[in-house]
Amino acid sequence: MNTVTFSKEELERYSRHLIIPEFNIEGQRKLKSARVLVVGTGGLGSPLLLYLTAAGVGTIGILDFDVVDDSNLQRQVLFSVDDVGNPKVEAAKKRLVGLNPHVNFIVHNIMLTSDNALDIIKDYDLVADGTDNFPTRYLVNDACVILGKPNVYASIFRFEGQVSVFNYKGGPHYRDLFPSPPPPGLVPSCAEGGVIGVLPGIIGSLQANEVLKILSGIGDTLSGRLFLFDALTFETRTLKVHKNPETPEIKELIDYDQFCGLNLNGKANKEDVKEITVEELKALQDSKEEYQLIDVREAYEYDICNLEGELIPLGAILDSVEKIASNKKVIVHCRSGARSATAITQLERKYNFDNLYNLKGGILAWADRIDTSMAKY
Amino acid sequence: MAKVIIPTPLRKFTHNQGTINTDGGTIKENIVSLAEQFPDLKKHIFDENGDIRKFIRIYLGDEDINVLDKENTKVLPDSVVSIIPAIAGGKN
Repeated sequence: MNTVTFSKEELERYSRHLIIPEFNIEGQRKLKSARVLVVGTGGLGSPLLLYLTAAGVGTIGILDFDVVDDSNLQRQVLFSVDDVGNPKVEAAKKRLVGLNPHVNFIVHNIMLTSDNALDIIKDYDLVADGTDNFPTRYLVNDACVILGKPNVYASIFRFEGQVSVFNYKGGPHYRDLFPSPPPPGLVPSCAEGGVIGVLPGIIGSLQANEVLKILSGIGDTLSGRLFLFDALTFETRTLKVHKNPETPEIKELIDYDQFCGLNLNGKANKEDVKEITVEELKALQDSKEEYQLIDVREAYEYDICNLEGELIPLGAILDSVEKIASNKKVIVHCRSGARSATAITQLERKYNFDNLYNLKGGILAWADRIDTSMAKY
Repeated sequence: MAKVIIPTPLRKFTHNQGTINTDGGTIKENIVSLAEQFPDLKKHIFDENGDIRKFIRIYLGDEDINVLDKENTKVLPDSVVSIIPAIAGGKN
């Protein structure tokens, strides 16, 4: 450990760490020799990456496959207007190198999958999970369990945040807490359900704090505990998390889309739902053919932008069957095409509809290709 | 009456109320009391067999009822019951 040395610039930079008695230069050495992978460069990833970089973690992996979007800037404080349209990992690295040139950054401009997760994660000491969907949550967890890496977890929704430390020193992991994910549609993503902009800043900073505690070996981590924060009421709770003897042993990675009931979006089932492109819908609008347009988003999404379709949120679709025509073409749409595919599958399975078409790419595709004046979210 | 804290994703079934007062001497009775007040909530908490769904944890105070007496865990009038669902947001 003592082979890790610091330049004069580094000693000056980290001086506020070095003078904390229980942290001191030993803690700083541990940070410098550590390798941390941050999965997801968004709301949580922004404060995580900024603070881990500023604190002097030696090697930081930045993993994301997305590009910076205008709607990110409300909370993803890593990015600037100039970054919009650029790969998130590249924009993040540019900002972070400027913040601390003593850190070694490894960029993974890729989606984490069952095929690459073990190979990527094996080179790191710890993973900080700042993703935005259940399949990746379970994938990160299982890969960490298989490889024996601690998983510093945080998650947010609207005004509510959760933080914990999983798979650390024999402690419980994500599946001990949540053996299986909620059914698709019940818990919307932040893209569908929204999040108050400062919340990921609060929760991601707490997550960064847990990472630094584990790396430096000081304090009591959140292993075996789940921290909850409600930004609206300012209620906080810290609950106990136990190892669950019924949790099956994790031996290999699986198909996590299927595990989370999301195979609607996968290759296997996509062909099962009939699709229509936004160009075809436009042509249909301009023709005299009768059709029905159904919007399965929520009312607050409808208020942002809409195609004047009939609003029937996904959660109410099966109870609103009388509103859905069976004698003409029915186009079903949502934001991106995922919820509408779920709606169609549910209706076809329960009521044998054969006239339902999913609007491919949803209203986002319409805003991109038909009406560019439409607001995207 | 015990207090049940409703998590954000389920508040759309409780008219956006974050805490609900419920009756009953056990967790099961209190959750049933909650579901009677808000019938739409029922199918999101219980599965077809009437068991609590696996993506939801129920806590009495800071303790998981699974390490207490599960659904038969005793609830006192000043108890706080938390429903904790899995949430996944963070990146987008």
